[in-house]
Amino acid sequence: MAEIKNYTLNFGPQHPSAHGVLRLILELDGETVVRSDPHIGLLHRGTEKLAEYKPFNQSIGYMDRLDYVSMMCNEHAYVMAIEKLLGIEVPERAQYIRVMFDEITRILNHLLWVGAHALDIGAMTVFLYAFREREDLMDCYEAVSGARLHATYYRPGGVYRDLPDSMPKYKPSKWRSEKELKRLNETREGSLLDFLEAFTERFPGYLDEYETLLTDNRIWKQRTVDIGVVSPERALQLGFTGPMLRGSGVAWDLRKKQPYEVYDRLDFDIPVGKNGDSYDRYLVRMAEMRESNKIIRQCIKWLRENPGPVMAENHKVTPPSREEMKTNMEALIHHFKLFTEGYSVPEGEAYAAVEHPKGEFGIYLVSDGANKPYRLKIRAPGFAHLASLDEMCKGHMIADVVTIIGTQDIVFGEIDR
Amino acid sequence: MFATLQHWLSGWMWDWLAVLITLLIQAVVVILPIMIAVAYLTYAERKVIAYMQVRMGPNRVGPYGLLQPIADAVKLMFKEVVLPTQSNVYLFLIAPILAIAPAIAVWAVVPFAPGWVVTDIDAGVLYVLAIASITVYGVVVSGWASNSKYAFLGGLRSSAQKISYEIAMGFALVTVLMVADTMNLTKIVEGQQGGIWHWYLIPLLPMFVVYFISGVAETNRAPFDIAEGESEIVAGFHVEYSGMAFAVFFLAEYAMMILISYMTSIMFLGGWLSPFEGIPLLETLFAWVPPFFWLAAKVAFLLFVFLWFRATFPRYRYDQLMRLGWKVFIPLTIVWVFVVMLMHYFKVGPWFN
Repeated sequence: MAEIKNYTLNFGPQHPSAHGVLRLILELDGETVVRSDPHIGLLHRGTEKLAEYKPFNQSIGYMDRLDYVSMMCNEHAYVMAIEKLLGIEVPERAQYIRVMFDEITRILNHLLWVGAHALDIGAMTVFLYAFREREDLMDCYEAVSGARLHATYYRPGGVYRDLPDSMPKYKPSKWRSEKELKRLNETREGSLLDFLEAFTERFPGYLDEYETLLTDNRIWKQRTVDIGVVSPERALQLGFTGPMLRGSGVAWDLRKKQPYEVYDRLDFDIPVGKNGDSYDRYLVRMAEMRESNKIIRQCIKWLRENPGPVMAENHKVTPPSREEMKTNMEALIHHFKLFTEGYSVPEGEAYAAVEHPKGEFGIYLVSDGANKPYRLKIRAPGFAHLASLDEMCKGHMIADVVTIIGTQDIVFGEIDR
Repeated sequence: MFATLQHWLSGWMWDWLAVLITLLIQAVVVILPIMIAVAYLTYAERKVIAYMQVRMGPNRVGPYGLLQPIADAVKLMFKEVVLPTQSNVYLFLIAPILAIAPAIAVWAVVPFAPGWVVTDIDAGVLYVLAIASITVYGVVVSGWASNSKYAFLGGLRSSAQKISYEIAMGFALVTVLMVADTMNLTKIVEGQQGGIWHWYLIPLLPMFVVYFISGVAETNRAPFDIAEGESEIVAGFHVEYSGMAFAVFFLAEYAMMILISYMTSIMFLGGWLSPFEGIPLLETLFAWVPPFFWLAAKVAFLLFVFLWFRATFPRYRYDQLMRLGWKVFIPLTIVWVFVVMLMHYFKVGPWFN
């Protein structure tokens, strides 16, 4: 009799649901997965090494490109690490702006996640709905930084600019009627905060739309309930963080446990799951979007009432304003030094972590006193999650592998770095 | 009409040639509109789903993008048909033909309006069932011949799926036959005459649902598109096909979609019968409407439902799909066969007397 061999399937790197460049080698028994072996490194760009050769500020842009769906959160951990080493204070307004944009980023990330996850499971409409809302939020990115994705907005000592008083508007085109144009620009007449406020008002309604399509959908439940179950103990052992850990029922959130910036002054809840399956993680992320929406509203309220500087006044670290630079000799020298040599950071090491949409995103920074980091280590949440893929997939079917990759919210920018 | 044509032709040529020419013309008369319908079904699909997803859909080629299907067809025709290395070339190329031939042949017995049918045979339902089942070979053979693991999985999934759902479909048809007392499609429609409450939809409501959902599964459409499974096995059985070879699979799938909608309308929704039949005022008001219009409207609605499903539902997993087929639909149909039997025995309603 012929020997029965398992069927080996190369899943990716060119695969619609490999979420970038995951190369997964699946050993199958029929449709059941016996072993899954994720291969990483196809998107390796050497971010950590590159950072060692650049003045501190020049690496902020690389941080955006780590987890390229939650850009500002990556920047946040990096600038926080530098601030820790420099020992500088960030103005309160900048802290609120950072928190607000962290939460915008969280919504951006979770929207992409819910869309891509639903698309992987076969419900394609949610994907396009989610992108409609992402468009608005990316306009906010554009309004503050000029870039829709890779913003480089956070700087050591604050944020690059104060919030703008006007929003970019849609322009007439032959594919858009006058009425349509007016509708699109309706909320864009005021400042960024007005636009965001209008967004936060309609966003819960949009979330309800997604939930109508998914939450009680029998097929959705059949596809996600009891798929990729992780017990709370095991989740802790595997180094899970973020929604992956909270889905298992552990209420661990850095925003509450080690509050940074102004999170301790804001009112929000930490949603947790119960069973640790894909469905619970879905519910946790949906609830997190509602909480983020709440946080954004509180930030808007505070930012409206409290104008002020958004960048520390310490010109050894932060650049002077353009105006000052053109009129003041000392400011010009500061400007020149900062944009050529950069600043030197005192010797030492620091670890700064933020509650990134995917989990704990940390930057471990070692400085030898030069204007470049001696060593930069990135703690990417996705890496620990991907490591558990084999364990989570064992005994499930091929279609569930796709669900599990989706539920882990993997982005290869941060895993491969 | 075709009989007169044949008679006229045989006046000045051999009889067999006259028959052949008439048959060819008949085939063209049926196939051409179907192919056009398929082309515009793809356009409708893209537009309908686009509007459901707050998008525009195709709007660049021609007014409102109406020439998009033609542009697509031209593109596909000029694309190279890539033959994968180590594939079985003969089977690889015969598979699309195996898929489309039955999808076209089946239209030979489908009536479009009273008397508008190529061959009005008495075993019409059996013919449709038999020929439509053959499409599974196209899928299986393409999955095997492609020499690709994704295609192979797709082929395996598809064969199991189609065979399972054929059983449920067959049983649903049995109930229709029990009510109609005939296997001739034209007579099935005629049996539903006398107003909307005479349609077989009412006594066979669960069977209507089972038949239509099985039809969705049979044509590999979402949420049962596990044989293609975009996000799992990339494109399933046709992952290695390109150009016209792929287009032929595509045409077959859409032709089968139209066929399932036709059969559902004919067997459960009264075919070309007006829904206003027997209603005093409305009947006379709509008397001028040609019967084909009613059939087309019903088919269009069912096709819309196909697209609606696709925009709404996530995809089933393979084992869940099989469970639905074997553990829900087949028992349900068997039970309903007995229910119909009892209704027949006690001569219930307007359908059994």
